[in-house]
Amino acid sequence: MRDTLIRATPRRVRQETSRPQLIRAAVVTVLLLFTLFALPQILSLYYIDTMTQVAVYSMVTLALGVLAGRVGLVSLGQVAVLAIGAWVAARLLFETTQPYPLILVEAGLITMAAGVLIGLPALRLRGLYLALITLMFAGAITVVLATVNFPNGGHGFTGYNGSLVHIPPVRRPSIASSDPAYFRYSVIVAILMFLLVLAHIKTRPGRAWAAIRQSEPAALAAGINTWLYKLWAFALASFITGVAGGVLAGAVHYLYSIDFPTQDSITLLAVTLMGGVYSMWGAVVAALLYQFLPALLNNWGVSADWLIILFGLGVLQVLTTAPAGLADQVPKDLARLGRLLRGRLRRPAPGSTE
Amino acid sequence: MIEVTGLTVRYGGVTSLDNMSLTFEQGTCGLIGPNGAGKTTFFNVLSGFVRPATGTVRAFGVDLLSMAHFRRARWGVRRTFQTEQAIEELSVFDNVAMVHEHSKLGAAARKKDVLDAIEFTGLAAVSPGAKVRTLTAGQRRLVEVARAVVGRPRLVLLDEPAAGLPEQETSHLADVIRGIPEHTGALAILVDHDMSLVSACCATTAVLDFGRLIASGPTAAVLRNDDVIRAYLGVA
Repeated sequence: MRDTLIRATPRRVRQETSRPQLIRAAVVTVLLLFTLFALPQILSLYYIDTMTQVAVYSMVTLALGVLAGRVGLVSLGQVAVLAIGAWVAARLLFETTQPYPLILVEAGLITMAAGVLIGLPALRLRGLYLALITLMFAGAITVVLATVNFPNGGHGFTGYNGSLVHIPPVRRPSIASSDPAYFRYSVIVAILMFLLVLAHIKTRPGRAWAAIRQSEPAALAAGINTWLYKLWAFALASFITGVAGGVLAGAVHYLYSIDFPTQDSITLLAVTLMGGVYSMWGAVVAALLYQFLPALLNNWGVSADWLIILFGLGVLQVLTTAPAGLADQVPKDLARLGRLLRGRLRRPAPGSTE
Repeated sequence: MIEVTGLTVRYGGVTSLDNMSLTFEQGTCGLIGPNGAGKTTFFNVLSGFVRPATGTVRAFGVDLLSMAHFRRARWGVRRTFQTEQAIEELSVFDNVAMVHEHSKLGAAARKKDVLDAIEFTGLAAVSPGAKVRTLTAGQRRLVEVARAVVGRPRLVLLDEPAAGLPEQETSHLADVIRGIPEHTGALAILVDHDMSLVSACCATTAVLDFGRLIASGPTAAVLRNDDVIRAYLGVA
């Protein structure tokens, strides 16, 4: 028995860059170039603004995907984290003249610190209980924001002045003050965040997360500090969401606490699951569902409230038939359809003359 | 060498280990007893998943209980689990290499060590790049064993590694388990209900019943012990 098992010496351990990988890289490049250069040309301003929101929320769903898909942690407080990022960025943008990228990083780091503070006690919990705690946190932040308000160019710690008549907009970077330019700017920031996550997934944290998600005992038994890596994931997700908040602040110019309702965290998790939490494409699909679809419906004069029902059905569909989400299911189904059609063409239906 | 004195573990009102003391010297040692006797709890204490109410554990002169669980694993306390815990979506290589994530070895030395461990368990016919989800139950067990023996372990805890395996794979596993002390220099402790496996692997064996040590010594003598027969083995 042992002889038959030992026989061969180990073959390749790591795969070299293969053809599918090259094709994937090419597809990504073409899509990005199209998004950056062609989209702003062909879309109306309405849809350019929408796509800016898609870029912003793709970062949020990316962060949610890291937590849910990579580590197996469910957060229902992501909208509150986004709000913190937006608040911090708006405050810094009004108060200082620092360059925009620096402010985005600062907003990310401060939001990360807040996320870690929440995470420290919360990470002792899992599953439903962690979800509950994060939801409560989101609720608390909403209440605080409703009282404190978003900065509107006032002074003091909160930066809010209720008696201002002419409220100045949150500024944008000078190189990206127009809507199409800011759209490109948002996409580039989103790309950087996707690369940041990719760098994590492909290296030690990614392997540790995979181990933790699949078997925390095994991870511990291999000497992985599971607590540290879970906190790390929480920190990374908070950082990315904080940066997204910073981009959002410039995108909308004026921030109001009612734009960050607690229940949106739940919808966000739903679309993230629908898009797919195991691939980064899922985050893009989720953001399109979350921001582009409602804009489309609005444009057609259909109430976007229908989407809540649609998302409910969508999550049910995904959880029962495609755990890896639409980002995994749709290409597979299309490939299957393609094979089916090709098969039909090659082999004429019985009874036809040849 | 591992010395355990006065170990007590309680889960609420249930006492799982009751003032247990025992010593394992070297080689592969057996730990047997009926279900609920406290064998897995003992492993959980050693690997740091469970904090005992009282007692001390010294392994090779080191106070184990003062170390955090992941540090114990890095120091050399390794284990397999009753329900196999090989990570499906990672490759065989990455499953084993997990242990080296925090080691100070260079990349080449790590790779060699990981491949050595895989070969030691007799898994070399499987490509190290193969995902664990493509392996059979027996091969997954071996991946777990490889993860437990890679990177100079000091203490290898095997929790029912042969559960559910066909006879042929069990006999291969026995060869592997017997080889662990020589291959790694570690003390191995085997928990199993398969007495032929325990007899084949372990020179000495300890028996737990209701959280207490009821016998220990050379395996053959322990298996003939009247108390052990009454509490666990039953009359043939």
